[in-house]
Amino acid sequence: MNAPSPPPEDFRARAKRALGDRNLKIALDRTTGNARTKRAAAVAAWPAFDRAREAAAAIKDHALQNFPYYLERFERNALASGAKVHWARDAKEACAAVIAICREAQAKTVTRSKSMLGEEIGLPHALAEAGLRRVETDLAEHIIQLAGETPSHIIWPAAHRTREDVAKLFAKHHRDHLLLTEIEAMVASARQELRDDFFAAEVGISGANFLVAETGAICTITNEGNAELTTTPPRVHIVTAGIEKIVATTEHALQLTRVLVRSATGADLTQYTTFHCGPKREGDRDGPEEFHIVLVDHGRTQMLEEMPEMLRCVRCGACLNHCVVYTKIGGHAYGGAYPGPMGAALTPVFDGLMETRDLPHACTMNGLCKQVCPVDIPLPTLLRDWRAKSFRRGFEPRALKLALALWAFVASKPALYRAALAVALPLMRRLGNNGWIAKLPFAPGWTNTRDFPSPAKRSFLAQVRSGEKKVGSGEKK
Amino acid sequence: MQDKSRTPRVGLFATCLVDALRPNIGFSALELLRAAGCDVAIPKAQTCCGQPAYNSGDDANARKLARQVIEIFEDFDYLVAPSGSCALMIRSYPELFSHDSALADRARKLAARTYELLSFLVDVRGFRPVGVSCKASATYHDTCSGLRGLGVKAAPRELLAAIDGLEMRPLEGEETCCGFGGTFCMKYSEISDAIVAEKTANIQATGADLLLGGDLGCLINMAGKLRRSGSATRVFHAAELLAGRAIHAIGEETP
Repeated sequence: MNAPSPPPEDFRARAKRALGDRNLKIALDRTTGNARTKRAAAVAAWPAFDRAREAAAAIKDHALQNFPYYLERFERNALASGAKVHWARDAKEACAAVIAICREAQAKTVTRSKSMLGEEIGLPHALAEAGLRRVETDLAEHIIQLAGETPSHIIWPAAHRTREDVAKLFAKHHRDHLLLTEIEAMVASARQELRDDFFAAEVGISGANFLVAETGAICTITNEGNAELTTTPPRVHIVTAGIEKIVATTEHALQLTRVLVRSATGADLTQYTTFHCGPKREGDRDGPEEFHIVLVDHGRTQMLEEMPEMLRCVRCGACLNHCVVYTKIGGHAYGGAYPGPMGAALTPVFDGLMETRDLPHACTMNGLCKQVCPVDIPLPTLLRDWRAKSFRRGFEPRALKLALALWAFVASKPALYRAALAVALPLMRRLGNNGWIAKLPFAPGWTNTRDFPSPAKRSFLAQVRSGEKKVGSGEKK
Repeated sequence: MQDKSRTPRVGLFATCLVDALRPNIGFSALELLRAAGCDVAIPKAQTCCGQPAYNSGDDANARKLARQVIEIFEDFDYLVAPSGSCALMIRSYPELFSHDSALADRARKLAARTYELLSFLVDVRGFRPVGVSCKASATYHDTCSGLRGLGVKAAPRELLAAIDGLEMRPLEGEETCCGFGGTFCMKYSEISDAIVAEKTANIQATGADLLLGGDLGCLINMAGKLRRSGSATRVFHAAELLAGRAIHAIGEETP
């Protein structure tokens, strides 16, 4: 396994490299193909899915429309349960809060169960800088930690790796150094590898799927049991969560779970649905002595103004699995913590539109992401809005702006447009041979890999006009 | 003003791609609409719906062309286009004029009367072709704007089922995007190519003689890839088959 190379500087270069990686294609086809099949079966098996999906969007909208009320209610109830609540305006404040708690706890080893918010705020990097030993306990996060990579999918962080890759990685890094072929044996090897750290860690860090306002509890839904082993044995449990995870009630959280899990893995429920409410109480047999909740804004208050629908996102990954672009280039090409359609909508908020303007453009607008979204986020509309913002702010290439302006000028003058076509069509036909053009000077991107059909000798309207078909013009008097 | 007689007045919006690349689709649409009992006009001031500007985020130019389409077509009972993509663009006009209530109102009225050709024929006119035959096997790709934007799914299949001798074959991933995406296929041509390569592999796996669809942009993308990969699959807009005008496929030299 090669050490990870730093990502090439721009989206196009990263995408190009990904397109040339045959192993990546195999891994992506397996993971996303499986996910699509399982989701489709789960949705088909539950006739009420569409109604549950509408209800899920309404549940999120209700919480967001009453954002301060429910956040304050959550804080009150969390404090009453014995939790400590920290508010962080941005990534830096969030990481600083986590590091301060770790220092206070005199931690050396920190276990962490998968949290995309952690990736978003750069927590792995911050922990390393603070000299803390970070142990990722989610199987896929363990894999990418061994490989020195970042997640490429929000549900399956190692979606870019085949099981054959993983076998080699484990053989190299695990203490047993066995080259295993069976998935069960690989899981057992990872379990063995992680076991001691689960109990050695002074601090366990998790994310949250929901923040329940009425109880002050946080809810995690996981499959491997690593989250419970990360949050229960260590003396200190830190939760990092985006403030958009707020829901009014436990019932709302459970309703969202029903569409979230089906959309993510096709299961009815995850193996573990855990509500964490405060630290260990008197008489409890286990649990952390300290329970900290770091509530992170990081652009979310701004999103409430500019694209509130995106705050509904429950991070299920369905839009990634169904995206024709994601399934070709994988997650790393996007260059942010979140890839795919939801990543293309979110990353400009975190990393700046100018730097990430390719992401909302690299989309065919086919609408499947919106269709499979369990909370009905109008992703194509949000991406188009980013394009409009980018255009207004002058981030688009000058050549494109000029081309559009010229084209719109001609297209808004019908007589000129007809005259231009009358000249252009015969010229363009001269590039063709036998009905096809193999090389278009103004669109090499097309003809590098596809032929282009020769245009008509005369346009449809020109043919209609010259009386080859007698029809009315329908013009206004 | 709007004519309320029994025969609906339809303004045929050919779309800029059909106008420049494949007039046969325009003539097919014209014949089908007439056969479906419509009084059809083809306003000569029409050019483009503005989608290239809209999808590039250039709202000012999109608005300019949207306004032009509204002015040309608002007096018809219906605007019909042989494209789900352009019809969806026109249905989206109201959001472009959110700051101008008078134009937004006109945009809404036009949007409500705008249809994709195949769904208009079936859903509004209850039309089925009579006496059309085509001895061939075919497969159908659902183009995304029509399918997910306008809900066009059953209409083309119902129409094609009425063609004598046509054997329809299922297409794996028939609802998956072909990678065209308007300006996307030029801006990110390598990603677009990876997408269309999978699509055309599925098309070839059907062994069908013909590939049919309802949007010329998607059709030339798939046809161009099929041609480059040496496939003999012939590509037509469904309207060409339905009108009995499927003689020269896309890329086959027309007189």
